Amino acid sequence: MAAATGGGPGTERTRLASSGARAVTLRQLSTQPRADVWKGNIFLAVVLLAVTLALAGLAAIILQAAIEGAPAFSTKLFTNGPSTINPEDAGFRPALIGTLYLILGVIFLVVPLGVAAAVYLEEYADGERWWNRTVELNVQNLAGVPSIIYGILGLAFIVRGPLDLGFILAAGSLTLALLVLPTVILASREAIRAVPPSIREGSLALGATQWQTIRRQVLPAAIPGVVTGVILAISRAIGETAPLLLVGAATFVTFNPTFTGDNGYSALPVLIFNYASRPQEEFRVLAAAGVIVMLIALLAMNSFAIWLRNRYEQQW
Amino acid sequence: MEARDTIGAFGARGADRPLPSLEAPSPRYGEKLIKALLGAAAFLSVITTTAIVVSLLIPTFDFFTKDDIGLGEFLFGTNWAPTFEPSSFGVLPILVGTLSTSLWGMLFAVPIGLASAIWLSEYASPRQRKLVKPVLEVLAGIPTVAIGIFGLVFLSPVIAEVLPFMVNVPPFSAGVAGLAIGLMIVPIIASISDDAMRSVPSGLREAAYGLGATKMKVATRVIFPAAISGIIASLVLAGSRAVGETMVVLLVAGASPNLTFDPGSSVLTMTAFIGQTATGDISTGSITYDTIFAVGSLLFIITLALNLFAIRMVRKYREVYE
Repeated sequence: MAAATGGGPGTERTRLASSGARAVTLRQLSTQPRADVWKGNIFLAVVLLAVTLALAGLAAIILQAAIEGAPAFSTKLFTNGPSTINPEDAGFRPALIGTLYLILGVIFLVVPLGVAAAVYLEEYADGERWWNRTVELNVQNLAGVPSIIYGILGLAFIVRGPLDLGFILAAGSLTLALLVLPTVILASREAIRAVPPSIREGSLALGATQWQTIRRQVLPAAIPGVVTGVILAISRAIGETAPLLLVGAATFVTFNPTFTGDNGYSALPVLIFNYASRPQEEFRVLAAAGVIVMLIALLAMNSFAIWLRNRYEQQW
Repeated sequence: MEARDTIGAFGARGADRPLPSLEAPSPRYGEKLIKALLGAAAFLSVITTTAIVVSLLIPTFDFFTKDDIGLGEFLFGTNWAPTFEPSSFGVLPILVGTLSTSLWGMLFAVPIGLASAIWLSEYASPRQRKLVKPVLEVLAGIPTVAIGIFGLVFLSPVIAEVLPFMVNVPPFSAGVAGLAIGLMIVPIIASISDDAMRSVPSGLREAAYGLGATKMKVATRVIFPAAISGIIASLVLAGSRAVGETMVVLLVAGASPNLTFDPGSSVLTMTAFIGQTATGDISTGSITYDTIFAVGSLLFIITLALNLFAIRMVRKYREVYE
């Protein structure tokens, strides 16, 4: 026990005095008019109710899919192809592989392009110049363009038109990549901006060039944030259905797709959508089972992203 | 002039013994090349926007000239039957369908989203916040096709049970689609509004408490108005997302182009029309193909206007408080 005679800060006596003063002040100030107390409590109750409703909605979506889809949840989902007549033997294999390929293509395109654009905007671009402002405004706006418009772009520009790839998996991948690119750029910019200027100045002062500074100092420090952004963008790409409808993700493909094969390809959410829009109960169960597969993958990726963010969140 | 002289004194001394050059010893072409490459990656976004506009405009132009549909007939016609004989291209029913589902969605999502934002920024302890905010973000990340199935299989029957007038005999209605869309946009409103309210300087908060305001008064009379531009931005962004939503309305809203805001009626939205019609292999240059792009152009213009407005509002609060 420290001696309780001194008067300096942190001693037992001052602590006692200040907590006493706080108690008295709180008592004085907490005598608010009764009506205000009531209003405050009702307001808090309403606010809490709203939060609960939002969280309950999330829980309901997951639980409903789990309960509805449980009967169809088996390894058949992963090994069997789709079927129009036999819902009990139908599965998602070609669609799962199609989605896997789509996502690989998206990662391959989006990571270098997204990070490069973010580095340019944060490290090189002079925000006063009109062309840099145009780029910035474009990225922000593209993040809000409806996904079906990207489908139209894919149809008119990638499948047909200038690129003329035809209805192949690579066209779907390219469309999805353009769709999530703004998300990756915005997240990477946040991560790069969070690296304090002193790190850059230190490196530059030691004679490193700008690119050496970026590559050896800024990017390594920004990696956790960039990876988090990429994971979130990919989980968006996995669930995106509308643009794929337009760029030729056919539903009943029974063989495993390839990147450039022109026999058609399939994707998990498209097949789920097709099963769900059939009137028979069995197909809806199958769709719910597909939703579970998709949600498990997404929740795993999201949790990993959140863990990554919390683990490597750096206070400079 | 005096100040200049002292600096000049330094310069004069430097002139006797030449200063080591601060110029790079080589022209560093590699550095310039890297900058150009990175700039090109950033410029891709401009190319994407241009490509979207061009790919929308050309068939839309065909739609109005080659297919000879009048602009007035398209914008103000009240009968949407593009694939029937005789065909009719009045876009109002599907425009109203889009507005109807978005409106019902916003009606559900705005109070819940804003209340959640108030709770997150003013009431929640740091621990609760750290738990709830990521969970809400997960809700934002759920694929819309899953939310659509939830609406179709769960919400429709439940609501038909509770509010029979909301759902007609086929389990499709604008109201239920709106509810599902609402669920989808709650996290957008909550997350962006929360960011806006947290960026209000704590001095305002403390001053209000110091004057004896209750927690509710601080939240509703001080923080909420101070963050209003960010809050409006979140609402507009959510509205833009609701207007552009496809899978939920394809699954839940039905497919009949009814010119009505009635939540119990089945409607066709612009996005649902595109999604439904473009799935088959339609030939380039046919009138159906052009129609998709005309509707797409209208959709793009609406969301573009909303997005630009929201971006402006966000800039405003960033400028004021950061």
